Parts: sequence; structure tokens; C-alpha cells
Amino acid sequence: MSILVLAEHNNTALKAATLNTLTAAAQLGGDIAVLVAGQGCGAVAEAAAKVAGVKKVLVADAPHYANQLAETVAALIVNLAGGYTHILAPATAVGKNILPRVAALLDVAQISDIIKVESADTFVRPIYAGNVLATVQSKDPIKVITVRGTTFPAATDGGSASIESVAPIADSGASSFVGQQLTKSDRPELTAARIIVSGGRGMGNGENFKLLEAVADKLGAAVGASRAAVDAGFVPNDYQVGQTGKVVAPELYIAVGISGAIQHLAGMKDSKVIAAINKDEEAPIFQVADYGLVADLFVAMPEMAKELDKLKAAG
Amino acid sequence: MKILVAIKRVVDYNVKVRAKADGSGVETANVKMSMNPFDEIAVEEAVRMQEAGKAKEIVAVSLGVGACQDTIRTALAMGADRGILVETDAELQPLAVAKLLKAVVEKEQPNLVILGKQAIDDDANQTGQMLAALLGWPQGTFASKVELGEGSLNVTREVDGGLETVALKLPAVVTTDLRLNEPRFVKLPNIMKAKKKPLDVLKPADLGVDVTPRLITLKVQEPPKRQAGIKVDTVAALVDKLHKEAHVI
Repeated sequence: MSILVLAEHNNTALKAATLNTLTAAAQLGGDIAVLVAGQGCGAVAEAAAKVAGVKKVLVADAPHYANQLAETVAALIVNLAGGYTHILAPATAVGKNILPRVAALLDVAQISDIIKVESADTFVRPIYAGNVLATVQSKDPIKVITVRGTTFPAATDGGSASIESVAPIADSGASSFVGQQLTKSDRPELTAARIIVSGGRGMGNGENFKLLEAVADKLGAAVGASRAAVDAGFVPNDYQVGQTGKVVAPELYIAVGISGAIQHLAGMKDSKVIAAINKDEEAPIFQVADYGLVADLFVAMPEMAKELDKLKAAG
Repeated sequence: MKILVAIKRVVDYNVKVRAKADGSGVETANVKMSMNPFDEIAVEEAVRMQEAGKAKEIVAVSLGVGACQDTIRTALAMGADRGILVETDAELQPLAVAKLLKAVVEKEQPNLVILGKQAIDDDANQTGQMLAALLGWPQGTFASKVELGEGSLNVTREVDGGLETVALKLPAVVTTDLRLNEPRFVKLPNIMKAKKKPLDVLKPADLGVDVTPRLITLKVQEPPKRQAGIKVDTVAALVDKLHKEAHVI
């Protein structure tokens, strides 16, 4: 068996989701190669070569890979695919965009968002927003798989893989990158944060998210939101935790003014500890929370900021 | 311009699904079915383009059992001009759906295909990308904004960390994300009108597509349930528990 893992990166650093995917790859057993497609992405290739278990790093360096458009990267992977039994990518916006294109061009199924490797051809994946888990077996000669990062630990350093360059495939020119508007924040990324403070419809408006940010900053936490809060226009969509947003599993998830709709629970129920603050004691969020507080968030959040200051002062 | 919209009939998003006792699938008997919410957004986007004078015709396509005709009628009531059902009782996986849609696209020759980014039943998030690949078309997935130009399309996409805009040459495939638009409520007179709009029924064999599933579902089960914990009375008690008991702050 031989496995190709598509590295997720921004041309300067390897993104953490790649490390989780590499752990899933290692569970399959077999030689692991990492593909880094980008522009001026040498540092990424070197980082990937240091990850334990990686045997080879393939680098495709060309201007048309700079933004990892699905059309160009899929064509590159398909060209390399002949030598592999498994092709994996993180189930992130990038991986979800590229990999189904690869699968279709190879005339094989894709197995999306796996949370467990049962064997080299059998995997567990959530369906119906994680309310049900399906165990599926692929009979295709090449298994194309996206991996849910939160259920596999990150692979660690300790490797010394060889780095080889691979020839880029000509760009068809059907798609081009225009620009990006990334949310600027000093807080950690949602999917990598140790603590997340999330707000729901109960926040009332976007301005009130400052109450959460004040607490988040004392905890070094990321700020998230439920779909209801995003739909109401309180915060941008990349804050969204849930079936239709990001799936997270931090050590501590603090749900504030979030009722606990099924679709939200699907995105955070694997958190190690869940705390919930809601004024409605019947809110479903309390059924999954380790610690529940029935309270008005507009009173509770400023109070929490003060309590955290006291805790810090006490050392 | 002609737009083709692909729509799926799924278990309504308000239904709490349960695994069958024998683990062979989920319970769908006597369960409310609706159009996949992301596909509603796709229909809405097409109708808005038509209302803005940018699209001439909208064709709504669904694949599956006969009851998918209801889903197509909903799209027709929203404003699509005609419907096509590729009727089969067989299980359809994303690759087979993409192949069937490709065959329909070759017959219909649309300039743009819009689909939901994922269906809320299998959560695969594959069909749009697969269709684009099979057609050799560019794709704009997870769209939060679509701007039509002359022979091209700018798609603003929801990506991790923010937004990204790509320019695509037409014909192209777009998959919708939540913020693209808010689908309209269907009005009764439009439901009546939709009953008179044309709806053709085809079979997979008519399109020359083998729909045999590639993935075998061995088992379907519910995940272990998380137990409710304790309630605390004050913020101070909450912070104390998180610090001294859970050791997470």
C-alpha cells in the first residue's frame, strides 16, 4: 500500500490539519508521501519532511498552484495517482473543494470526512449531521478520502523524508484567483484553539459579542458562533460552529446564549468539557453540558470576566 | 443564458433521524421529506438571476424515487421553468449522481449549473465538484456571492478563515453556501401554477449511466450519547469548577 496526502498550507507554513490527516494515513499502514502544491513553498516541504512517518515529500512549485485552485491541483494529483492506493486530504474548505474532483476523474467514490479507520478499505463517517455514524467499505482500486481532523491526534515531528520536485501540469486557465478577505484576528483559529467561547442568537446583536471577546481574551480562547447567530448577521460565517460550519473539539467549549440545535451540537459535541450559559433552563444545550448555568448572559459574562481576573490574581 | 439546478429530496432538517434497529440504515418510513436546504438556496439564486434579466430559462433536475416529483414541483413554484426527474429506486451515490447530471447537462446544454454544497442526509459534499470534473468545467464551491459577467462568473467562496473570490469561465458549476441568499416562501398561486409546468421523467438507462454503488454501507449506528452534567448556581461556582474540577482553565 502507498498513500498520498495532500498538504494544506499557505505557501509559508504547513497547516495543522495536515498533521491530523497524516495520523489517519499512518493507521492505514504503508508508505506515506506528502504532496505540497504551491508557489515558493519550500519551507512547507521542509516542515512536511520532518513529520514522523512521512517517507517522501513531493513538491509542485508553480504560479498556478499559489492559491490551490481545485482545477489545477486536482489535475496534478490525478497525474500522480497511478502509484497510490489511497489519496487523503484534510476535510477542510481546501480538501473538500479539491478531492471530489480527483475522485471523479479517477472514476472512484470519495469517502468524506472519516472519523475512524477500521481497515485499509473500511471507514466510519458521520451522516445526518453526526446523528448517525455509517461504517462504509470501498471496493474501488484507489480510495480517495477526506479526514475530519478533530478525531485524529496530530502527527509529531521525528521524520526525515526525502524531498523531490514533480513537474507541474499546464493550467487550463478556466479558473483564476481574484482575491481573498481573511478575517484578521489575534485570537487562535477555531479548529486549533484549546478553548472556544461561542455565542448564539441570545447575544442579540454583533456588538454584544464584545462580552464574549473580553472573556475569550482572558482565556486565550477563540470566539465562535452558532448558525443562528451567523444567519442573524451578528458575526461572519467563518465563526460558525456546527454541521454547516466548522467541527471543533477543544478542551473547553463555553456555549453562551446557544439553545443547542442538533446542527450546532454536531459541530462541538466532541469537546472535552462543555460549559453552557443560557437563561432558558429547558435549552437542549444543557443535556450535553458538563457544567450548566441558568443565567442572563448579559449579567453572567461581565461577571465571568471579573472572576477570571480574580483567578489570575490568585495565581 | 440557461441555468440547470440540481435538487435533492432529503429527510427534513427538523427531523431527528434514528438508526434502524438492525443497523442497516436510518428510519425513513413516515418521516417528513423536504428539499435539501442548500438546494433551495441554489434554486433561489437561479430565480434571482432570471428576475434580474440575466437568465432565460431555469431547469430543475432531481434524481431518485417518484416522490422527487414533489421536490421538483417546489422548485417550479419558486420560479424554475420546467423539471426533469431521473427516476430510479436504486441507491444513488454522489459519483453516480454526477454522471447522471453530466448526461442531462449534455442534453440540455446549460451555461451554468447550481447545486447545494452538500445534502444534509449523507453530508458528502461531493456532487458539484464531481460534476465539474466530469464535464471539464471550472467550479465555484461554497459560494456566498455570485456575480455574472460576460462569459464569466465571479464567485466569492466561504473558506476557512474568511472569503476567497475566483473568476470562472462559463460554462461552470457553482455550489451554494448558507449566506448566498435567503430562499423565498412559496405562495399558493405559484404552487397552483407550478402544477402546469412541464416535468419530464427519464430513467438512468435512457442516459446510459451505470449507477451501481461503489461504497457498501456495512453498518449504521447512533454515536454514544453525551451525558448531561451538573448545574451550578453562580458564575463564581462555574469558574471554580472549570478550574479546580475540570482543570481546563
